[in-house]
Amino acid sequence: MAEVEETLKRIQTHKGVIGIIVVNAEGIPIRTTLDNSTTVQYAAQLHHLTMLSRSAVRELDPQNDLTFLRIKSKKHEIMVAPEKDYLLVVIQNPSE
Amino acid sequence: MFTDETMETVGAESHWRSSGAAERRAKSCQTAALEATDAGTQVPSWAQRDTQTDPEEEERRWPHLDLARGRRTEFPGLGDFLDRVKDTVIRELVKNAKSHAFDGFEVNWEEQNRTVSCTHSLQYPEAQERNLHVTSVSWNCTGSVIACAFGRMDDGDWSTEKSYVCTWNLHRQGLNPKRPDAVIDVATAVMSVSFHPSRPSLIAGGLYSGEVVVWDTGRVQDPVLAKTGMSPDTHRDPVCQVHWVPGGRRGEFLVLSAGSGGRVLLWTVHEQSELVLSAGYGLLRQQLPHKTMLTKPRGGSSVGIASLALSPWDSDTFLVGTEGGLVLKCSFSAQAPAATTPDGESVTLRAPAKFCFSPHCGPVYALHCSPFHRNLFLSVGTDGFAHLHSLLQLEPLVSLQVCDSYVFGVRWSPTRPLLFAAATGEGSVHIFDLGGMSLRPVATIEQKSGDRPVYCLEFNPRQTHLLAMGNADGTVNIWHLSTELTEQGPKEVAQLEHLASEVTE
Repeated sequence: MAEVEETLKRIQTHKGVIGIIVVNAEGIPIRTTLDNSTTVQYAAQLHHLTMLSRSAVRELDPQNDLTFLRIKSKKHEIMVAPEKDYLLVVIQNPSE
Repeated sequence: MFTDETMETVGAESHWRSSGAAERRAKSCQTAALEATDAGTQVPSWAQRDTQTDPEEEERRWPHLDLARGRRTEFPGLGDFLDRVKDTVIRELVKNAKSHAFDGFEVNWEEQNRTVSCTHSLQYPEAQERNLHVTSVSWNCTGSVIACAFGRMDDGDWSTEKSYVCTWNLHRQGLNPKRPDAVIDVATAVMSVSFHPSRPSLIAGGLYSGEVVVWDTGRVQDPVLAKTGMSPDTHRDPVCQVHWVPGGRRGEFLVLSAGSGGRVLLWTVHEQSELVLSAGYGLLRQQLPHKTMLTKPRGGSSVGIASLALSPWDSDTFLVGTEGGLVLKCSFSAQAPAATTPDGESVTLRAPAKFCFSPHCGPVYALHCSPFHRNLFLSVGTDGFAHLHSLLQLEPLVSLQVCDSYVFGVRWSPTRPLLFAAATGEGSVHIFDLGGMSLRPVATIEQKSGDRPVYCLEFNPRQTHLLAMGNADGTVNIWHLSTELTEQGPKEVAQLEHLASEVTE
């Protein structure tokens, strides 16, 4: 398990990283570096959005699939690396 | 002859222990049973208000969330998953931090509104007939009601001319701009009004006579909820500003008033139609933290206050602008007594001044603290200049000329960190953007009042595109600002931060 923490820490040290959340297939956060309420909110919203994006990509071309999701907002940028069982969500403020 | 011998151990069983224990029994007791009752305690009741830790249930719902904690649930395949995605994520993070692809790119979701227009021009005919000026305006906490105070700014004489406070609800069906929803008759000119921060019907007002009054517009018969009366505690000169400040208890607000007599007084609102003085501050020339004061005080030594501003970041700090052009940083927690001779006040006045910024050349009519940066504030005065100050530095960071005339009011935009509006004696309101290179206004709102001064202005706290202006001709104009003046641009906060960190020599 230490390996998981090691990886998360490595991502956290990158420039402007505000927080990391790992979400399972049910949309429940299982690892986070943020406080609970923020985590729960992010997890629910991004899980939903990722599923929606994935179905959009597959609707357009059944041979295709979603590999990465980036959301740029006024305040920060949210990156989602999706897979069947988990989602890795990283929130970054690139101008920081 | 002598040999080692091992003796057998012989044990003798204890008699009293086994036999005694079985037989002993308590039959009666000679001491009476102790009885204890509580007669009184020093802690009559207790209540819990707040804790800094999350409630336990939260913990139980998401037990696996805490990274720092040792408790962990195992998730199959999590390590593998992270291994697979970490390189992609890290690559993106690095790319993102270096990328300038979106610099200066702006998306606008709001409906664009390119024009600045006057939506309402509110007036009270009776006040206009008597040529009263609008001395102060205030929005209530819901942002739908505006209150305006009528008085006189050009008249220094002691007068007992009656005046009004009027309110209009802009969301009312069939709003008549010439007929206020509520008119409160006041015995003397009103110099300042301020709506309660959370109760939408309460208005505090400062009068020319030095009284401070709290009105409740919900009470039809007698709107006066509390007033100071003409007690020795109150101001003896016109009150230039009133504010609500949070009190000790949650949800409680005190009224802060500042008068040209050099006093800042803090009042507790008692429901029995009384304002009770809870703290008082006196500004005296000899107690100012200003070393280079060359002029000898003439007459009284108190410093006339022309404006006052509270810091939204630090509840202990307030700023005072004086008639002599000084801008002072003051503290509510100051303990040193003011060097006045007590004159029947119920509290000892304290000397609050902590720091003196470089002065203006004339009365400082308005101060306003930035809602986006804890150290920045603006000051304007009769010299026509607006100074952007840092609380930490003596000299202004930026000094720009607003106009050739007096400047009576200044307000930061509640939505754009770099934008502020200034009300001038020429009847126009200039809007400045500190992000621009030039020091010219980005917008100027000209009014049809024919060069008569604008005495006050206030942004609506809820509908932030609305700006109210109170004029010398007795009208209150509500302006609808364009999107350009209300939408925060990218990096604006960073630019403000940069501005604040500049060091002046």
